[in-house]
Amino acid sequence: MRAGHAAAAALVLAAALLAAPPAWLPAQPPARPVSEQAVHDIAAQLRCVVCQNLSVADSPSEMANQMRAIVRERLQAGESPAEVVQYFVDRYGEWILLSPRRRGFNWLVWLGPVVAVAAGLAIVAVLLWRWTRRARREAASPAAPSVDATMSERIRREMEAEP
Amino acid sequence: MNRRVWRWLIPLSAIPVLALLAYGFRVNPREVPSPLVGRPAAAFTLTTFDGAPLSLEAQRGKVVVVNFWASWCYPACYEEAPVLERNWRRYRDRGVVVIGVDIQDTVEAAQKFIRDFDLTFPNVRDATGKVSVDYGVYGVPETFFVDRQGRIRAKHVGAVTDEVFRRHVDRLLGDTAG
Repeated sequence: MRAGHAAAAALVLAAALLAAPPAWLPAQPPARPVSEQAVHDIAAQLRCVVCQNLSVADSPSEMANQMRAIVRERLQAGESPAEVVQYFVDRYGEWILLSPRRRGFNWLVWLGPVVAVAAGLAIVAVLLWRWTRRARREAASPAAPSVDATMSERIRREMEAEP
Repeated sequence: MNRRVWRWLIPLSAIPVLALLAYGFRVNPREVPSPLVGRPAAAFTLTTFDGAPLSLEAQRGKVVVVNFWASWCYPACYEEAPVLERNWRRYRDRGVVVIGVDIQDTVEAAQKFIRDFDLTFPNVRDATGKVSVDYGVYGVPETFFVDRQGRIRAKHVGAVTDEVFRRHVDRLLGDTAG
């Protein structure tokens, strides 16, 4: 029975050691599970720096590949998506962002097209209203006889004179 | 509004648009101002092609020229390699270090490049791209001029010429000597 007890004690000890990480190892935060979708969502906002008009998510280049790896690593280390994006902005400037941030002067880029379309529609509406004004006015007043009696008599005579 | 105002207003409204286009088409979209100029240079420790570790921190007190290059970067990197080597030999005794950082490259091609140009300044390899991102590198070659306090003072995009190298390095040497 002695040997049995010793074996049981050893098992318990081993289980305890396995369950709790030993205190003398530096406590490392476990890497958080990060989905490919989360990496893709951030990479899609970033400009692939070695490409023309491609996002880091879409580019097959080595540089974009490395940037995706950096995004994944930072997410695994517990950074929020906004912090990861800011990490790249700090190094490349806002140029790295495919869509400019909605603030300050950048509002011009966001609102400019909306204002331009609205102004264009307003101008078209005014012009259409003007161009159709005459037609509407004529429709409102009774149509004046365009051909008077003398003229229709003359037309009739000339038609009959035809061989 | 009367007709005469409209006659002027419509052509006038095109002027801001034309001005925007005139500005936009003159700007080179590949030229991006770096937010890093004036900021402390990001620390890095990488391994040289000789197998020795090299850290930027250890160069503090020297003027450091950090040059990002690749063996496939033709012709710009091929043009500047002799320039960097020549100026490194010329300035090394005056407290100037040139560090080449090879990016997006294979070890063999990079080693051949170093041999072909007989480069004697330390060259390291950024295998993960982390140092490239830390320096906001978007192409090769790009060169950073770091002062004795470890601050990035200038960034040059494209091949470095003798004139560019000397202008920046002389300024940084003079800056902190007095």
